[in-house]
Amino acid sequence: MSAVIPSGTGQIVPSRGKLRRAVSRGNLVIGGLLIGLIGAIALLSLVWTPLPPGKLNIVQKLKPPLAQGLLGTDHLGRDLASMLMVGAWNSLSIAVLAVTMGAFAGTLIGVTVAARRGWFEAIMMRANDVIFALPPILSAMMLGALLGTGRRTAIIAIAVFMVPVFARVTASAALQVLSRNYVLAARGAGKGGIRITVDHVLPNIANQIIVQVTIQLGLAILTEAGLSFLGLGMAPPAPTWGRMLADAQTYLGRAPWLAILPGLAIALTVLGFNMLGDGLRDLLDPREKGR
Amino acid sequence: MTGLLLRRFASLFLTLLAVSALIFLVMDVLPGDPAAIMLGTSATPETLEALRRELGLDQPLPLRYLSWLAGVATGDLGTSYTYGVPVAGLIAERLAVTLPLAFIAILLSVAIAIPLGVASAARRNGAVDYAAGLLSQMFIAVPGFWVGLLLVLVFSVSLGWVPSGGFPGWQAGLMPALGALVLPAVALALPQAGVLTRVTRSAVIEVMNEDFVRTARAKGLPRHKALWRHAVPNALVPVVTILGLQFTFLIAGAVLVENVFNLPGLGRLALQALSQRDIIVMQDVVLFFAALVIVMNFLVDLSYLALDPRLRKRA
Repeated sequence: MSAVIPSGTGQIVPSRGKLRRAVSRGNLVIGGLLIGLIGAIALLSLVWTPLPPGKLNIVQKLKPPLAQGLLGTDHLGRDLASMLMVGAWNSLSIAVLAVTMGAFAGTLIGVTVAARRGWFEAIMMRANDVIFALPPILSAMMLGALLGTGRRTAIIAIAVFMVPVFARVTASAALQVLSRNYVLAARGAGKGGIRITVDHVLPNIANQIIVQVTIQLGLAILTEAGLSFLGLGMAPPAPTWGRMLADAQTYLGRAPWLAILPGLAIALTVLGFNMLGDGLRDLLDPREKGR
Repeated sequence: MTGLLLRRFASLFLTLLAVSALIFLVMDVLPGDPAAIMLGTSATPETLEALRRELGLDQPLPLRYLSWLAGVATGDLGTSYTYGVPVAGLIAERLAVTLPLAFIAILLSVAIAIPLGVASAARRNGAVDYAAGLLSQMFIAVPGFWVGLLLVLVFSVSLGWVPSGGFPGWQAGLMPALGALVLPAVALALPQAGVLTRVTRSAVIEVMNEDFVRTARAKGLPRHKALWRHAVPNALVPVVTILGLQFTFLIAGAVLVENVFNLPGLGRLALQALSQRDIIVMQDVVLFFAALVIVMNFLVDLSYLALDPRLRKRA
């Protein structure tokens, strides 16, 4: 095992040598700090923001950072810092929900494919190709045309796209586990397919799933930002980073900070998840180290 | 070889068929009557019924799917409800913007990623490697449409070198048209370049550790020759694979970037169709994009045969 799990806490506590290696790489620490900070800001926004994010103050519109509030105001005089804070919660909650749903369904399909093979595998892998050919932006447009755009449509569109990603990763990892001798022994001892999957396959591929979840969270943040940039994300007046960028387009010359800050928030969050994912991969899955 | 090609073609055909069925089902089965959506709330029952008949919505589902498919196969994609012109013509017109944009973006991303990835692999764990690693992480993390906004901010708003968007059309001449596509292509290329740099680096490192490269080096082949003659050509297979897999993200990025730069491409057509509730255009454009992704991956599959002689022999 690559990590020691002390009973009771449920936390992954790496052994000392590996932790030092991870720290030396910096990815895990910087990524963890970034995500910890952005996650804390998102949670804080649920109970406190400098000003209500929807509060209009036209007189103070388009004020640069520090002239009015910490980060200035937008074209309706709303406090940019407050909007960015609530935007963090909106982006992260959509990404986490979508990736969790996609990871759950994809893992279920992946381990079933590995256990059943044959026609089930053929059908599922073809279905994966089909879903993969439809980027979330296109499926969000299709769903949006019929269901209306909004939070639900964005989550479904991102989650559906995540399913084949997780199905592929778990299927190939599960196949490796299933070829091990201890699985053959378990089978010989009379354990059925479901018991083997629950007792042996899932615990052994959990690390790879955790790494994949982290990396896909970054992609989900990017996708959610793109969707709300196009008006396919959460409905106004809820502030999202993507729509803040779309609104900023009209005021590029007069208020460039409106176009810079939300983009920076997106980039830092994605960078955080990607670095955390890379760091976790080195820590939890040494075979992939340095790739 | 022929058998392999036939199998690949059959698989391509099946995937395309499945995608078309999925798109049709999603657009059809989900709640909401296309005729009602198109006409809005003020429509009378008579006009609704007339439009349903015109769209063929009174026919059973399998029949409607087959007639749509037959139309697609013969190039008749139906008539746009809002523009009143054949959808095929609309798509062809918009493709003249989206395809060159995607093509320039791919060229740019390869031109950035291959030298960066190879340099990174050649100086593994050195300063160049870390700088390239940092750069590619940043490229991957920044949304392409944000890069587009920043490029407009710098090159149009601040410096005034280029217009902030729009497309003069190819009839205005090659240079003005290409000029309008350069900034959007850069915005689209950077995230792709980030991914490709990482893949190139790890592929080159892997090949440089192979026995045949070690043998060549032991026989006195200089390192840079081993790199360019052996490692880089052999590393191309995974690079091309990722290029194919990334195509779906390129398409998604194009929809966004077209929107930033006001380019009259396919992505904007789909968005306009969405806001005007032009279901037929939506359905056709989404199918077209999906088909583009699938065919691109098929071509990547075929390119393995050209890049890897072992696969040709096995086939």
